[in-house]
Amino acid sequence: MDPLTVTTTRPVAPETSHLDLLESHAAFVIREVAAECERPVLLFSGGKDSAVLLHIAVKAFAPGRLPFPVMHVDTGQNFPEVLAFRDATVTRLGARLVVASVPDAIARGRVADPGPLGSRNRLQTTALLDAIAENGFDAAFGGARRDEDKARAKERVLSFRDAFGQWDPRRQRPELWNLYQGRVNAGEHLRAFPLSDWTELDVWRYIEREDVALPSIYFAHERAVVRRDGMWLAVNEFVAPQDHERPQRRQVRYRTVGDATCTGAVESSAVTVAEVVREVATATVSERGATRADDRFSETAMEDRKREGYF
Amino acid sequence: MVSDLLRLATIGSVDDGKSTLVGRLLVDTRQLFDDQLDAVVNASERRGIGDLDLAFVTDGLRAEREQGITIDVAYRYAATPTRKFIVADCPGHVQYTRNMATGASTADLALAVVDVTHGLREQTRRHLCIAALLGVRHLVVAVNKMDVVRWSPTAFRSVADEIETLAGDLDFATVVAVPTSALLGDNVVETSDNTTWYHGPTVLAALEEAPASSWASARGARLPIQWVLRQPGGGRTYAGMVAGATLGTGDLVTLLPAGIVTRITELNTLHAGSVASAVPGLSIDVALADETDAGRGDLLAAAPLPRVTRTLEATVCWFADRALGAGSRLRLKHTTRTTPVRIDTVTGVVDVDTLRVTPGDELRANDIGILTLTAADDLVVDDYRENRVTGSFILIDEATNATVAAGMVGYPGFVASPQN
Ligand SMILES: Nc1nc2c(ncn2[C@@H]2O[C@H](COP(=O)(O)OP(=O)(O)OP(=O)(O)O)[C@@H](O)[C@H]2O)c(=O)[nH]1
Ligand SMILES: [Mg+2]
Repeated sequence: MDPLTVTTTRPVAPETSHLDLLESHAAFVIREVAAECERPVLLFSGGKDSAVLLHIAVKAFAPGRLPFPVMHVDTGQNFPEVLAFRDATVTRLGARLVVASVPDAIARGRVADPGPLGSRNRLQTTALLDAIAENGFDAAFGGARRDEDKARAKERVLSFRDAFGQWDPRRQRPELWNLYQGRVNAGEHLRAFPLSDWTELDVWRYIEREDVALPSIYFAHERAVVRRDGMWLAVNEFVAPQDHERPQRRQVRYRTVGDATCTGAVESSAVTVAEVVREVATATVSERGATRADDRFSETAMEDRKREGYF
Repeated sequence: MVSDLLRLATIGSVDDGKSTLVGRLLVDTRQLFDDQLDAVVNASERRGIGDLDLAFVTDGLRAEREQGITIDVAYRYAATPTRKFIVADCPGHVQYTRNMATGASTADLALAVVDVTHGLREQTRRHLCIAALLGVRHLVVAVNKMDVVRWSPTAFRSVADEIETLAGDLDFATVVAVPTSALLGDNVVETSDNTTWYHGPTVLAALEEAPASSWASARGARLPIQWVLRQPGGGRTYAGMVAGATLGTGDLVTLLPAGIVTRITELNTLHAGSVASAVPGLSIDVALADETDAGRGDLLAAAPLPRVTRTLEATVCWFADRALGAGSRLRLKHTTRTTPVRIDTVTGVVDVDTLRVTPGDELRANDIGILTLTAADDLVVDDYRENRVTGSFILIDEATNATVAAGMVGYPGFVASPQN
């Protein structure tokens, strides 16, 4: 390099870290999809992965506005802290929020009401696919990571969905280098997973580094819980203790955020991000294994849901 | 230099033990959570496979478990005290070569698995050839199922010799052959008592010690423009990911294909804001000294400059079931530019046994071929050997939008051309 161009007033280049490269790759994917697709949307559950995804998306287009809306698939059975966080985040960013509502889908007769004890997990797929079709979205960003589940470990960064919203793991498009191609025909769409190569620990280290805001339930707090299917389930308006169950107060936190009826808490004393990072680094049970009743139905529960068009 | 992160892909013929080896590596280095290991044990028992089918650690799809075969790449993440790994466990079956290429296209190192009782089969050669074409320079070979040949050093030596010779022909920079039993764990993480005649590293040690791949290019830095960011007050910055070499504030760059010479006046990374320079793999945005009409699909390059051309000679892996011949029309995606192309000539197909080009006028599914094409718009390219980003492209079927080929600009160095 020409030595004359190196002046002392120039800022220095910091060491490039693994998190820098993960963040850069995620931003690259987000920009590619935004450039190649007509109507993308970012799926924002209020969970930590989608909070990180949204954080990177905002950085990728700053100082401009986010060039796509965000969508929440609302089961109607949310933790109130998460809904409050969702609304505060959307307001702060000036983003447009689309809500795909399971209660609406039930009211419109699109799906049957599973009743208070039934799971609304699969119903989310109908609400999601209906909203994608109604809004004409051709790409939906999700915060899913390959380290979460064995079916997700198989999925492309840009994952094709046919006109019925289905994923066919036998016929995935080849995905070479960083050449992500987002072409779809009318009625088809893509799912884009910019955090594919992140681990749970990477996500938490990034939250720590960037000071990403999260719903309070990710940090240890005391609440009334019952032991069900080997998990601590919060007692609230959606979850009533059954006869043999004895509610107790415990110090818990959430490792994932989903429907309040099927997302369990873990016992924890981690109240700061740094403490959570330490806890995650030494965890012996996976995040979904510890907290998701929906993955326990069968060996291939996630694959089966994904084939139908789930996140 | 050993780097923090190693991306590796398993390659080799069907059933030689790739998934079992990855499962063994992950289990013996305690990368699995308790519930994940329990789930693999349960699934194995349910299918009557005994207490633990290690291949189920990565073979996670229902069809894969039913058929005992890998269909698509699984990505797993591991960390030992010395290194982080991203493991792409690729399928061996010829029908899924496109998925193997997917896994290998981002790999620094290939972990080849060869069943010692079969030796090198056509599919092993094809995978090695594709990995070499994709620019993978480092190879670790597990000569596997050594338990079946009662740990015979001569059986190991004969397969290791054969693959070392081939690796030399394919220009791999380093090769380490290890006698293993993925099934029993010998020389995977733990040194085996059954191979006292072997003094080399275990598979894990070979992976931990493997040199980092340098994707740095002797040619200049490149910045394919992805997106134009409008700045308050009317200015613009140009966003993209750095490729090839470090790009710095103050650098002289040429906007291509327009050919406008300008200077980078400011360079921002996502994390640190305005910085002096950025290495390949970082997403940045830059401000330029001169007004230009730069946009997505254009490229900023430091000297020595890439070529601007509409015609290319290229090496391709063809994935579609239908044959590809002269006159075919497709779309080509190269960096951030997509353009219609026409295939002008198919020169021939690489014979993976002889590494020579067999003259021919069409490519069939899973062929590696040489062709020339003409694009509707200017392309700004380097040879693939010079730059993995500006030297690579994909071909897209216009009707189905399927990705039908992986393309590399230029002629592979290790293949004898049909003329001589
Ligand atoms: N005896 C013996 N059998 C092995 C060894 N490694 C793998 N096998 C067996 O070989 C068979 C195939 O193993 P996989 O790991 O599924 O092979 P693969 O290379 O992943 O196959 P594809 O992914 O379908 O190409 C299984 O039955 C394994 O148990 C070994 O070291 N010794
Ligand atoms: Mg396999």
